[in-house]
Amino acid sequence: MLWKKQIPLAIAFIMGLIFGIQYFVPHRISDQFFQGYLDWGIVIGIFGSMLGFISFYRAHGMRVKKKAPAWPYSLIAIAVSIFMALAGFIQGRETGTIYSNMYFYVLVSIEGTMFSLLAFYISSAAYRAFRARSAQATALLIAAIVVMLGRVPLGEQLSFWSNIWPSLPSITNISDWILNVPNMAAKRSMELGIGLGIMMLSLKIVLGIERSYMGSD
Amino acid sequence: MELSTNLWIWLGVFFTFSVLSFLYKDNPFYKLAEHVTVGVSIGYIIVLNYYQALQPKFLVPVFQEGKLVLLIPALLGIFMVFRIIPKYSWLSRYAICFTVGAGSGMAIPRSMQASVLRQLEATMLNLGFGSTAEINNIVIFIGVLSVLIYFFFSKEHKGVFGGVAKLGIWFLMVGFGATFGYTVMARLSLFIGRVLFVLQDALGINLAG
Amino acid sequence: MAKQQQEKSFWQKLIGIDRRVIYLIIALAMILPFFFQMGLPIPVTDEVKRVYDYVEGLTPTDCVVLSADFSPSVAPELSPMFEAVFRHCLKNKVKVLVISLLPQGPGLVEPVVQQAARDHRATNGVDYAFLGYQYGFSLVIMRMMENIEAAFPNDYYGTKTSDLPVMKNIHNYEEIDLIVSLTGSSNHRVWLTYAHEPYNVPVAPGVTAVIAADVYPYLQSKQFIGMLGGLKGAAEYETLIEEKKMASMGMEAQNWAHIVIILFIIIGNIGFFAIKRQERA
Repeated sequence: MLWKKQIPLAIAFIMGLIFGIQYFVPHRISDQFFQGYLDWGIVIGIFGSMLGFISFYRAHGMRVKKKAPAWPYSLIAIAVSIFMALAGFIQGRETGTIYSNMYFYVLVSIEGTMFSLLAFYISSAAYRAFRARSAQATALLIAAIVVMLGRVPLGEQLSFWSNIWPSLPSITNISDWILNVPNMAAKRSMELGIGLGIMMLSLKIVLGIERSYMGSD
Repeated sequence: MELSTNLWIWLGVFFTFSVLSFLYKDNPFYKLAEHVTVGVSIGYIIVLNYYQALQPKFLVPVFQEGKLVLLIPALLGIFMVFRIIPKYSWLSRYAICFTVGAGSGMAIPRSMQASVLRQLEATMLNLGFGSTAEINNIVIFIGVLSVLIYFFFSKEHKGVFGGVAKLGIWFLMVGFGATFGYTVMARLSLFIGRVLFVLQDALGINLAG
Repeated sequence: MAKQQQEKSFWQKLIGIDRRVIYLIIALAMILPFFFQMGLPIPVTDEVKRVYDYVEGLTPTDCVVLSADFSPSVAPELSPMFEAVFRHCLKNKVKVLVISLLPQGPGLVEPVVQQAARDHRATNGVDYAFLGYQYGFSLVIMRMMENIEAAFPNDYYGTKTSDLPVMKNIHNYEEIDLIVSLTGSSNHRVWLTYAHEPYNVPVAPGVTAVIAADVYPYLQSKQFIGMLGGLKGAAEYETLIEEKKMASMGMEAQNWAHIVIILFIIIGNIGFFAIKRQERA
């Protein structure tokens, strides 16, 4: 219990206390200590990131070993990762190498296209799900439509009234007002909440109240 | 129109359409693309981590410059890997508590400064009816206050308090509407990027107008 | 009654249309505009103009840190932003340090950097430095604010950072005149918390449209000098530097796709209320 729980919690407390106070100590030694920790933190992270690689090979390796459903795809994933790594180590990383081309034409294409599917899903959602079921939902939709039009050049062209009465705001002006005033006010409150939330969670971690990051026993 | 002779580009086109085929239904081409991207990503990061992180930040300082003290954080980092071995997973807590504790300590004063104090300061605005800016300031002030009141769930939203909280909901709806309006552009941009790749790079169509 | 049932079935049919028809319509709305371009002017917003004016006011002795903290999933929005700002800096002979705090950043921007350098006859290591990726995000930010060479010992190509001529008079935050962080998540907050607030370095985020609306509180408080938001932000910057590229072309498709989505919302709601009314009748 001591080595598995108490000492790690004590380490978190001591580190949190040191670096919470360090911010207010302008002395050169405090600064050197802080910079030294930064180098340590980066090295810990570099070795810790190996966990991701090991997990990947372990998970897919097990699927191939046990001939789980769709196991050939796992074999392909492992083979491609080894090929990519070897290409990078042997040939280098400059533009035009296999490493660079695989990244740019395979990874970017696939990942970019996967996220581009969202364009279709949002269109489908706009048609089927975005309903003005209440006054507040209507306010949301109106704000959304005005901002959408304000964000594209066509919105300025559709503001025909601005040509007749120049003092009247165009769609772009109204959109800018929505973003800079009511939207900004709402988001500021949320940012305040986020900032306070970060502080509170950090304090709970330092004091050992919040322990979920340590994992289960 | 001049078709590209670069095979890599056509490989990119193949994978682009493999993923798009998912819109019709799930199929082996999509699954292939899924697994290929994971493999390429891992291989990419392994090489990058070695040349950009491990070599300059650990191998050179330790083995060429003699900074043996860096073996301690290296050991802590290796402890993190023990997380996957149930019998020794408790060792990973040392590394995690070391970094999370330090990070939390660093975050407290910095978040207070950047996210709380500066934002509160910026809300202390000149209020009045003398100009459009002052009227906007009133709207901002009321908006921030009402949304903060809405998020205060420790007190029941009744009476005046409840009324102000309801006003906060209206501000939130407008805020979410603005976010949604902006988000539509983001989602469309992603597909437009792919369209440009296929039309310009692969098919060689000059779209410059 | 029969006619009402017919009307009812029309709206229900319209609302219940196969989603693949919707996908086809939106796909056409994003592809066809490239062949039928309207060439509408792109109005420039205040927040983008402020970033442009700031970079325009920099001199060849000044230094900009351009941080490509994004992955392929948001590259269509942020890559054009990166290119526009980088080209602007090269045009004005401002020194640029290109870094990335996400591993996928360097691979995305390296071809852009090389092409822009060729076009502007800029030399790597002399006019700009491509420092690549470093693990640690906030730790790296804090490290480089005190000592850039300690944070990035080598550049992307393996050359020691201290050997690069461009780094001769650039050591830490005192020599950095602007940080432009291009990010697809809330990393702009990290730059604000760990670079701007403690060291007072000006920061201008370039963000995806998803999080652009969340940045406005920091614009109003002047914690950020300006912002590039989404593909439109990139297109506005391209307009200002008079080099119209991918973002400006993309806005053509954005025009029509937005109109289609607004029509979808309107038709969907009309159908919703029509069906509700008929059900009540």
